[in-house]
Amino acid sequence: MLKKVHFGPSYLPYLLVAPQILITVVFFIWPAGHALYQSLLIQDAFGLSTEFVWFENFEVLFEDDHYFDTFKRTVFFSVLVAGLSMGFSLILAAMADRVVKGAMAYRTLLIWPYAVAPVVAGALWVFMLDPTLGILTYGLSAMGYDWNHKLNGSEAMTLVVVAAAWKQVAYNFLFFLAAMQSIPKSLIEAAAIDGAGPVRRFWSIIFPLISPTTFFLLVVNIVYAFFDTFGIIHAITQGGPAKATEILVYKVYNDGFVGLDLGGSAAQSVILMAIVIGLTVVQFRYVEKKVEYQ
Amino acid sequence: MIENRPAVTIISHCMLILGVAIIAFPIWITFVAATHDAVRMVQIPLPLLPGGHFFENLNQALNKGISGGANQGVVMMLFNSLVMAMMIAVGKIAISLLSAFAIVYFRFPFRMGFFWMIFITLMLPVEVRIIPTFEVVANLNMLNTYWGLSIPLIASATATFMFRQTFLTIPDELLEAARIDGAGPMRFFFDILLPMSRTNIAALFVILFIYGWNQYLWPLLVTTDQSMFTIVMAIKQMLEAAEQAPEWNIIMMTTLLAMLPPVLVVIFMQKLFVKGLTETEK
Repeated sequence: MLKKVHFGPSYLPYLLVAPQILITVVFFIWPAGHALYQSLLIQDAFGLSTEFVWFENFEVLFEDDHYFDTFKRTVFFSVLVAGLSMGFSLILAAMADRVVKGAMAYRTLLIWPYAVAPVVAGALWVFMLDPTLGILTYGLSAMGYDWNHKLNGSEAMTLVVVAAAWKQVAYNFLFFLAAMQSIPKSLIEAAAIDGAGPVRRFWSIIFPLISPTTFFLLVVNIVYAFFDTFGIIHAITQGGPAKATEILVYKVYNDGFVGLDLGGSAAQSVILMAIVIGLTVVQFRYVEKKVEYQ
Repeated sequence: MIENRPAVTIISHCMLILGVAIIAFPIWITFVAATHDAVRMVQIPLPLLPGGHFFENLNQALNKGISGGANQGVVMMLFNSLVMAMMIAVGKIAISLLSAFAIVYFRFPFRMGFFWMIFITLMLPVEVRIIPTFEVVANLNMLNTYWGLSIPLIASATATFMFRQTFLTIPDELLEAARIDGAGPMRFFFDILLPMSRTNIAALFVILFIYGWNQYLWPLLVTTDQSMFTIVMAIKQMLEAAEQAPEWNIIMMTTLLAMLPPVLVVIFMQKLFVKGLTETEK
């Protein structure tokens, strides 16, 4: 942690950490503390009076069926996004690991969606699936399926899941491929000599060996689906139709900024913080055995 | 090559090409839409092959915007995005380098306390402290400024950890040699540490530039003035306007412009990008 050889005591290190600490305190710790405090208050609609109510905001939330539904929906959404995107990239990474020629060319062609903003990803997909003009809508109607995500909740959910998963494929592919390429070739060769075919080798050797990466990616994808997909949902469905795509982060924003229920929104923020802290702890505690990247 | 199975190799290539096609299809459609005129873009089915109106659309998107909008092009928004992304990337790198230097090379009271304070930022993404952070920025009169757009985002635990890791791999002998030669701490920092961390700084810059450029929720909150909007925010407003009068050719041109800078960064600095992505997650 600290170098064996280091500089003697002076005021300098305080000056060096000052900018970072100042920003952390002003924009991170103070607001988070304020959110904690605000979650214990109820303010009237005009901001004229504030009452300290202990945990009433939380009680209201836990008794609220809408909140519970949103919670379940968020978990469902995250599992779908993580599953779809990880499954797709696992297959592609296994293929790219197999082909000797061109693996890096495929990597270039697959990783750039990482750089696309969530909102932009949403715009691309909403354009292709526009109920009247979309090119995929046209294709679906040719097959006899009538797509309209503005009216149908599960179609809206499908749209946001696909857009969110599409963007995340790049990241997962990169990590899966790096993990697979770090497996010693001798292991695979030994299995091949023993007569194991490509599929058998994948399930018996490669898949178990990359499990630390898989677990790490699962955590990262869930964090992504919980927090970074706000842009997609805000831009293309606004949580609708009839709250079918409203996830926790969107609800915090909507209740706080649009609905002006500050106490309730702060209580939701506190619950979200607890979730992030939990996920971070999981990530640091259990994802220590890292694979080697080149 | 483990064994010679041409059939399996061919199947692998086919599946990879299919995968690339699925991933690239939305971009192709976007590009095609950006090359047609407004008349063609309301006829079903929409085109699958490019038309000849690319530069007209580019001109309109850059200088005029969609006709239902405020009649403002996106040049200013591209500039705002660039300033924000640069300020976030440079700011994060600068303050993280300094704090990692202090934590690794100095022994001082509260050293670990500061370290844990920085660590906490990892657990507090903007999304969970939206309203109080907005209030702080509003009270500091930073709404509608570049400072308000960037400063609240530049604390970085991951960057600090990465530089800490880098500094720990630098041999102690270098510091001893520098001290014998009479170099003070800051001289050592600028003349030895910075040059030795060059690749890491570059790799991190790539990742942070993309992160900064793609910010959405934060600019949405702190900017109300049209002249401070970022390009990523503009997409959302155009999608709203599309409910009444869909000018998809212009919207898709703007979308292309919004994603081009970060995508180019990833493609042309792929090595640094991959390094940055894998290092910051350690």
